[in-house]
Amino acid sequence: MAQLKLTVNGVIYEADIDPRLLLVHYLRDTLGLTGTNVGCDTSQCGACTVLVDGLAVKSCTMLALQASGSKITTIEGLKQDGVYHPLQQAFWDNHGLQCGYCTSGMIMTAVDFLKHNPHPTEAEIRHAIEGNICRCTGYHNIVKAIKAAATQMADNRPLQRPQGQV
Amino acid sequence: MFPAKFEYYAPTTVNQAVALLKKHRDAKVLAGGHSLLPTMKLRLAQPPVLVDIGKVKGLAGIKVAKGGATIGALTTHATIAASKDLRKQCPAITEAAALIGDMQVRNRGTIGGSLSHADPAADYPAVMIALGAEMKAVGPKGARTINASHFFKSLMTTALKPSEVLTEVRLPPHQPNSGCAYVKFPNPASRFAVAGVCAWIALDAKGRCAKASIGITGACATATRASKTEAALRGKELNEETIAAAAAQAADGLDCLSDIHASAEYRAHLVTVLTARAIQQAVARAK
Repeated sequence: MAQLKLTVNGVIYEADIDPRLLLVHYLRDTLGLTGTNVGCDTSQCGACTVLVDGLAVKSCTMLALQASGSKITTIEGLKQDGVYHPLQQAFWDNHGLQCGYCTSGMIMTAVDFLKHNPHPTEAEIRHAIEGNICRCTGYHNIVKAIKAAATQMADNRPLQRPQGQV
Repeated sequence: MFPAKFEYYAPTTVNQAVALLKKHRDAKVLAGGHSLLPTMKLRLAQPPVLVDIGKVKGLAGIKVAKGGATIGALTTHATIAASKDLRKQCPAITEAAALIGDMQVRNRGTIGGSLSHADPAADYPAVMIALGAEMKAVGPKGARTINASHFFKSLMTTALKPSEVLTEVRLPPHQPNSGCAYVKFPNPASRFAVAGVCAWIALDAKGRCAKASIGITGACATATRASKTEAALRGKELNEETIAAAAAQAADGLDCLSDIHASAEYRAHLVTVLTARAIQQAVARAK
């Protein structure tokens, strides 16, 4: 067993864990943060993407212990004061999903990407999500959603919720 | 999938890491983990001890000076790909880094980890050979330098001893009238190189080839040098014909791999095509 201390979505956690525990399983099974999915489990599909110190990382290819001392953000940590992150809202508004399995990974990758490239072209968006696979092949609306979020974040417009949305 | 059981150590200095490796002979060094952890999850590797150097200070970062560039072993592919200083002096390495895997993999994978793992389809080895890079390895008896030409021994095997840690990569200083480029044919799913070629070309005062250095990866069990092509280019005027004639010899004598992704014949063909493209780009940059 080994000592782990890290911050997840702003909360500090300490635990004594088996060194071979992967970050994705620590998040899902120990902390119950099941918004992060396990897809291919071979660092190809990106469904398990989370932010480690602000960088998009595939959490199935990282030991939880490697994240010791780091700040992790999962899809559950994006909503601030009851308001969705512009990317979450844009995926909703543009129907950037079909089955939804890849969605949290797509959004976490896009959060990192838009920090480095706030005004991306469509080609740049498609390149940025090459490590995230949508097996419904719903890329069209995913790209549209990321583009819409980029525009909105750049304009810094206040979020408008569609009627009837909880 | 999760790895077989192992003991885990997280040293904070290189010396501590070396001492741990000396004590545990079957230990493996863990850096970003993007080569080692997938093989451990598939149980292809089952090291009883992991020495995680991720918390060792001073192993990450790029320094570009007149005397050459140094890249710390823990520098990520994303950092290398984004380095403007490095791109100016040696675009082949930033090109190679930008073509590795995907954004998430580049955020976490490190140059030291990739080089030590020595996957036959990794991108950096071709660049290291072509540029004449040197690897700094620290072991129980101190530090030593290994030239890239002697570093890659065979499939997933380097000149590193079990108790040595690769700490730094050094690139020689930029020479006037020289240029380099890396091109690859990636596997569409994994982005690993089915074949990849790095060319470094120096021109003389008359614009002829003074020196050529060409590294090949992906094609064989380990990265190698296209010696015949290098010899064929030396002293030649560089035009489409001479480049094509030299590149046509790039796969001569190579024992190319045959697998689900490509046959040996196809890999040999890719090597000649990519070599011509890499030389053309390198020459354009040398002018």
